[in-house]
Amino acid sequence: MLLDSNSDKPVYAQLVEAIEDDILREIFKEDSKIISTTEMSVQLRINPGTALKAINLLADDEIIYKKRGVGMFVYKGAKKKIMNKRKKSFREIFVLPMMKEADKLKISKKEINEMMEGSKEV
Amino acid sequence: MGEIKVSSITKDYKDKRRALDDVNLCIKENKIYGLLGRNGAGKTTLLNIINDKIFPTAGKITVDGEDLIENEKILNSIAYMMQDVMYPLNMEVRELFEWAEKFYIKFDQAYANRLAKKFKLDVTKELIELSTGYSTIFKDILTLATNARILIFDEPVLGLDANHRNMFYKELLKSYNEKPKTIIISTHLIDEVADVIEEVIIIKKGKIIREESVDRFLSSAYIVSGRTNNVDKYLENRDFVVEETMETLKIATVLESTAKKSMGLKEELKLEFSKVELQKLFITLTNS
Repeated sequence: MLLDSNSDKPVYAQLVEAIEDDILREIFKEDSKIISTTEMSVQLRINPGTALKAINLLADDEIIYKKRGVGMFVYKGAKKKIMNKRKKSFREIFVLPMMKEADKLKISKKEINEMMEGSKEV
Repeated sequence: MGEIKVSSITKDYKDKRRALDDVNLCIKENKIYGLLGRNGAGKTTLLNIINDKIFPTAGKITVDGEDLIENEKILNSIAYMMQDVMYPLNMEVRELFEWAEKFYIKFDQAYANRLAKKFKLDVTKELIELSTGYSTIFKDILTLATNARILIFDEPVLGLDANHRNMFYKELLKSYNEKPKTIIISTHLIDEVADVIEEVIIIKKGKIIREESVDRFLSSAYIVSGRTNNVDKYLENRDFVVEETMETLKIATVLESTAKKSMGLKEELKLEFSKVELQKLFITLTNS
């Protein structure tokens, strides 16, 4: 879990993404415990309120749940849920900026397709 | 427990210079505050008054509703890490830790020694033998170990190297996470505390110009950049400060809520928006 000080996003949003990424990569597995807000606060040197804000957003999205006195756990099915959510914003976050940049550089759709074909193994 | 109310505080020095001008603040309990201001803005004067080290010319300070001046019970619940060294210079660090117990009944000796070890502070050294950095570390440790419900730090990382600064912020957060308390940090290293503090107070020439959450503060401005004539068009009827102008490129901080950004104009004029950093916005607002 790392934060990027040059990111244009607020810290809590970066934290939400970082936790989601860790769930996608199965660093935090479904039904198992994730690190506490205290640990996040100290390790990342952020105000615990910021960590709590991120955790509450993830809880609202039913990605994680709190067990009183025990900690926070990853919901079963959370991975799928995150993937669906990210897929929805994939066009806006990745495709549209790419098209815009391609337009600036006068790269044709055909060229883009070729590039994608050539990058398939990645 | 731990709310500080500063009401109409004014401080004139003997040379008639007005250091603080009608300062009103409500420091909420159990939050971490950043007190920011340029040199000579009045930060230390304000902190000295909050700690009853100097008297205000006018105004009043209460902690949890009780008047602060010469109120021993309240003053013992505030630990103040001052820039000046107020301890006997020929005493050893370990003796000073023991001495601190007399003032702070909840002083945690074991914790102080643990921190000293972590920071490699030699407790058998006399205060006068410590370098600038270690003198700061000593005062930081002493303040953290008081277990007071209000901790006030005036330049807590002065002279500390990057590793020690990082360690200090982590220990501070650890202590805050374990037991919430009211914390005020006055510092010039704004970037480093930007993510640590929750609330920000900005003081300029003895007056408070901002007192709000960091989130709110940061969403009160944004940066726009693009071709000079296009940026100028965008800035019409907007409050702004120009950051940089080159022949064809202009960068400006727009002083309006990020919610008021015009995405339509952004597209039309081919502009870029970006968020403003705490330090950057501080400089913009206090640069005159």
